[in-house]
Amino acid sequence: MSINQIQQPEANIELETKAWKTRRKGEISIFDPRIIRRAIPDSFKKLDPRVQLKNPVMFVVEVGSTITTIEFIRLLFAQPSGAFTADQLVAERWFVLAVAIWLWFTVVFANFAEAMAEGRGKAQADTLRKARSTTMARRLNSREHDSATTLVSAPELRKGDYVLVEAGDVIPGDGEVVEGVASVDESAITGESAPVIRESGGDRSAVTGGTRVLSDWIVVQITANPGETFLDRMIALVEGAKRQKTPNEIALNILIASLTIIFVLVVVTLEPFAIYSGQAVSVTTLIALLVCLIPTTIGGLLSAIGIAGMDRMVQRNVLAMSGRAVEAAGDVDVLLLDKTGTITIGNRMATRFVPLKGVEEREVAHAAMLSSLSDETPEGRSIVVLARERYGFTDEIDPALTFVPFSATTRMSGVDRLNGSNEPIQSVRKGAGESIERFVWEQGGETSAELQEIVTSIARVGSTPLVVAETATNGNGKQARVLGVIELKDIVKSGMRERFDQLQRMGIRTIMITGDNPLTAAAIAKEAGVDDFLAQATPETKMQLIKEQQQGGRLVAMTGDGTNDAPALAQADVGVAMNTGTQAAKEAANMVDLDSNPTKLIEVVEVGKQLLITRGALTTFSIANDVAKYFAIIPAAFAVTYPQLNALNIMGLATPHSAVLSAVIFNALVIIALIPLALRGIKYRPIGAGPLLRRNLLIYGLGGIIVPFIGIKLIDLILVALHLTL
Amino acid sequence: MPVTLNSVVQVVIFMVVLLLLTKPMGLYLTTVFEGRKNWLTPALRPVEHLFYKLCGIDPEEEHKWTGYVIAMLVFSLVGMLLLYLFERTQQWLPFNPQGLSNVEQGLAFNTSASFTTNTNWQFYTGETTMSYLTQMAGLAFHNFVSAATGIVLAVALIRGLTRRSAQTLGNFWVDLTRCTLYVLLPLSIIGALFYVSQGMIQNFNAYVTVHTLDGVTQTIAMGPVASQEFIKNLGTNGGGFFNANSAHPFENPNALTNLIIMLSVLILPAGLFYMFGKMVKDTRQGWVLWAASAILLVVGMSVLLVAEQTGNPMIAHAGVNQSVTSTQVGGNMEGKEVRFGITDSAMFNTISTAASCGCVNSFIDSYTPLGGLVPLANIGLGEIVFGGVGSGLYGMLMFAIIAVFIAGLMVGRTPEYLGKKIERKEIMMAALALLILPASILGFTAVASVLPQGVASISNAGPHGLSEMLYAYTSANGNNGSAMAGLLGSPYWNWTMGMAMLIGRFAFLIPILAFAGSLAQKRVVPAGLGTFPTNGPLFVGLLIGVILIVGALTYFPVYSLGPIVEHLLMQAGKTF
Repeated sequence: MSINQIQQPEANIELETKAWKTRRKGEISIFDPRIIRRAIPDSFKKLDPRVQLKNPVMFVVEVGSTITTIEFIRLLFAQPSGAFTADQLVAERWFVLAVAIWLWFTVVFANFAEAMAEGRGKAQADTLRKARSTTMARRLNSREHDSATTLVSAPELRKGDYVLVEAGDVIPGDGEVVEGVASVDESAITGESAPVIRESGGDRSAVTGGTRVLSDWIVVQITANPGETFLDRMIALVEGAKRQKTPNEIALNILIASLTIIFVLVVVTLEPFAIYSGQAVSVTTLIALLVCLIPTTIGGLLSAIGIAGMDRMVQRNVLAMSGRAVEAAGDVDVLLLDKTGTITIGNRMATRFVPLKGVEEREVAHAAMLSSLSDETPEGRSIVVLARERYGFTDEIDPALTFVPFSATTRMSGVDRLNGSNEPIQSVRKGAGESIERFVWEQGGETSAELQEIVTSIARVGSTPLVVAETATNGNGKQARVLGVIELKDIVKSGMRERFDQLQRMGIRTIMITGDNPLTAAAIAKEAGVDDFLAQATPETKMQLIKEQQQGGRLVAMTGDGTNDAPALAQADVGVAMNTGTQAAKEAANMVDLDSNPTKLIEVVEVGKQLLITRGALTTFSIANDVAKYFAIIPAAFAVTYPQLNALNIMGLATPHSAVLSAVIFNALVIIALIPLALRGIKYRPIGAGPLLRRNLLIYGLGGIIVPFIGIKLIDLILVALHLTL
Repeated sequence: MPVTLNSVVQVVIFMVVLLLLTKPMGLYLTTVFEGRKNWLTPALRPVEHLFYKLCGIDPEEEHKWTGYVIAMLVFSLVGMLLLYLFERTQQWLPFNPQGLSNVEQGLAFNTSASFTTNTNWQFYTGETTMSYLTQMAGLAFHNFVSAATGIVLAVALIRGLTRRSAQTLGNFWVDLTRCTLYVLLPLSIIGALFYVSQGMIQNFNAYVTVHTLDGVTQTIAMGPVASQEFIKNLGTNGGGFFNANSAHPFENPNALTNLIIMLSVLILPAGLFYMFGKMVKDTRQGWVLWAASAILLVVGMSVLLVAEQTGNPMIAHAGVNQSVTSTQVGGNMEGKEVRFGITDSAMFNTISTAASCGCVNSFIDSYTPLGGLVPLANIGLGEIVFGGVGSGLYGMLMFAIIAVFIAGLMVGRTPEYLGKKIERKEIMMAALALLILPASILGFTAVASVLPQGVASISNAGPHGLSEMLYAYTSANGNNGSAMAGLLGSPYWNWTMGMAMLIGRFAFLIPILAFAGSLAQKRVVPAGLGTFPTNGPLFVGLLIGVILIVGALTYFPVYSLGPIVEHLLMQAGKTF
């Protein structure tokens, strides 16, 4: 028994935290050349009008590109006539061709953004497919592991079949371990290379098809038919094959479609106004104006943002069963966190020895250590470690010590030291206050009010008091007395307080769920910094709490793994099931955490918020962009009718043609420029809604107004430098 | 700087008085629409209940949004028909000392639509077209009820925002009765008496013929003016008794009445903002809308003031001194009353077009191009700068929803306003409401600008002619009613503008009530640290930004071809 072992849980947390922050091995970067190579042809395939029809904004651009292209073809066959000289005709042809090309680019760039967003998922799906396709299984004729087997391919297995999986085999399908225990490499699914234990019974019995057994053997009862397995669902999810637009995405689509309709109206009615004013504006210029005005930036990037959001969840090893859940995660108002394993390490640990009057702390520590030497419970181990740490005891288990294990009747454990004739000369017992008191009385000793005080004070701070007593036989005969109390404390995981503070700044309430009594619960809640707690929780009270919160209009998120968590997971707006959890829990939840890390919920919320912020920022940016485009195109469109309108050409663009072209080019390039932002997402800062809004409004609102003025001017300067002003 | 200290002081005084009146008005309105007791209850309660009994209304019964819409539509349609009948039969009815003949079909339709929709566009000259009976029972009736209709719809929308998991939005008939009885009538009675004290006329006499000192005869129109004048402005109606509207000495005798008119135009819209805050249990929410409006109003007044005070450079080039001196007001005085001058005209017309009133004390057709752009833009934005009674509030709230929806995502939550989630249905209705106005304005103007029947009515060529047409349809769709003048009535314009007014009112209202109905059913998400703040200066800025950008994006091209290019041409020495 080493100190290291006991401190392991804490070390694990550090590791886990690291794992979230740093990229795991084998992860594909967003801009991996493989993804780009695949995205380029895809962006042309997506030019199919049936694909574009799903996106009203880009569909309008495609229609505009087509009309402009037709206009170019018409001009190719047109003859100079009247005021329209041959030189002008040539210039007009080049202009229309340039506009047409850049309009097509606009659509292609938007397609490229979407293809890039899908790229990583598709690459991951390919890897997953490999795990699925090649498996052979040994089907057992009965549940017994030694019954006869038949070799079948994995797709032939049906629900209810039993298979034997031995070291080196790939588990052929999702199932429950019904017999045996084995270490399993789940890296194909989770990316985590450390093996996990899977055993029959309890909450660690679920296995996933495609993972590999490393040692020992297990009998697995198959629980999913081919095509419905977790791996199948995961492939579909990461690939985005069945991606549906999420509620907020639909609403945003309606808004940008409405804006598109307004701008179609603005541009369509502009022609009669132009005719009234003296001269019609060319179709090409009108379409250029339209495309520049409709929110192509957000229209082109919207679906990429959504796919990238799902993808970011996958990168964090969380499988969201729907985009709706990712969106809801951003809205979460209340987090329900289980105390054990999430907030606290899970085992109570000895932190202090409290001697009674007249006893030295050292004595208490020594007695406590003796009584725990063979106590294999985490609490017992922690007592030994603490005593050795404090006083450097070196006692080891020796034959003179007889251990008295914990029993339900005595409700205490301890040790007896025997003399040569096997008579106990010293007995040490540790246990709950009442049991030890009874023990001392039975041995003829007395207890004091002081003990009661210490016990109560320890319980009040949420710790568990463990009373230590000894009987010693010396010259005066047998003497029984209480030595002191060991304080066993629920240790809050390191870094939790900061995380809860952060959640508070995000405006999210945290509620700790625990089976402890209210006193203990309150103390731990205070120490961890959670806002509230539910003590003596049962599945029913938990469910009731969720419903109450939802009644008050709040969105609730929770994690769970057991079968009895399933109803609550289903009721919660965001339910994250642990991958190690039972099938029922996984089915009820709308997310599955492959790392089975309950604190992941906080990151899930962040990813949700990031998705929404990215959407909002790019929408704001897109609309703010329009101001500059008006100043570029309106003076250009009416250069002939009203040369005075050149006063509005505040960017000083060279010619009417270069002005229109610069605006169109800017409009297309800005989509490409924003792809990284759309795919990576805008960082969420837990600084409160007000400051966050101010910051983002400044960057994407004000920035959105200013940037295109600079961009369009620069493009115009380049066109002039290249003599492309036509 | 062409603006004088005098102008600045007047604007400041006006804004301060408006600020001081907002809260008391808002509190009173709150008691009326929450059905609570106020100091008029003892006197009016029996009257109110008598109405319900006579009309068979159960005041406890409430409508769903659809029921509310149907009641409103039925009521408006019947009212419109009544007015149409009055106009078409007035020569056989009493109170017609001048023996004015029946109004022709197109004009009667246009006028009925105009007054029913709270527009009060007038394609006629009041003193030579409408009998006293038509004015009082037909037109003034609508001045009351069209205003009340606007207000109660805003109240229904507030209920949608505040109620939780509710199906109903209130009872249209009860709201309408209470609004008219407790708010509009008492204020109008006091106001009319005050106006009479200031020299406004109130009689049923035949017109007076006088022999002037110049030796010519002049007919001076008479009538029950004072009783109509206060509600004309209080209800943001704006339809003048006389053709000259508030430039006529009988409709606006002196500087004091001019001030009272301006205040009476904005008092209800401003009070409704406060009431909104009160009803949503956070008065700051109301003050935010108030502040955004006040800023836009002062900006509008300033632009108009500077443009008019600067005048026309061509006149300056001709050697005429246009600057302010101790003996002259300077600037562009064409079309303005010397009693009011530039400042009071600029303030008056900015206010009248910011709200959906449309009364005028000076003539917009004679303004400088940029001066004329202010009223045009005020109406084009949807009259949300305080806005019409009720319509200002619900129009402004639609902008707030759009602002929350666009920028709200940037705090990392799906958009919510006052704890209600703005989702697919809500954004569809808000977008529809905001889409209808520009669609109708631009559509009608575009058609008119290329149709011979359309351009036949304009009296100026070039960009100014375009502005005249644009102004007419903007005013009709916005239910403002102010005219740029220079546009002659014709059957084409009568019918198309009548339709534009009906679209601007009802096609706009239905989505808003659907929006309210959908919101009422929702739960309220309690506000927290992560909630998008809609009650601070940041939101005021955002709201103004969204209003200006959405407005600018919609109208920039056509304004460029109208007032903006006209201004640039004027600088270059060309006018129309």
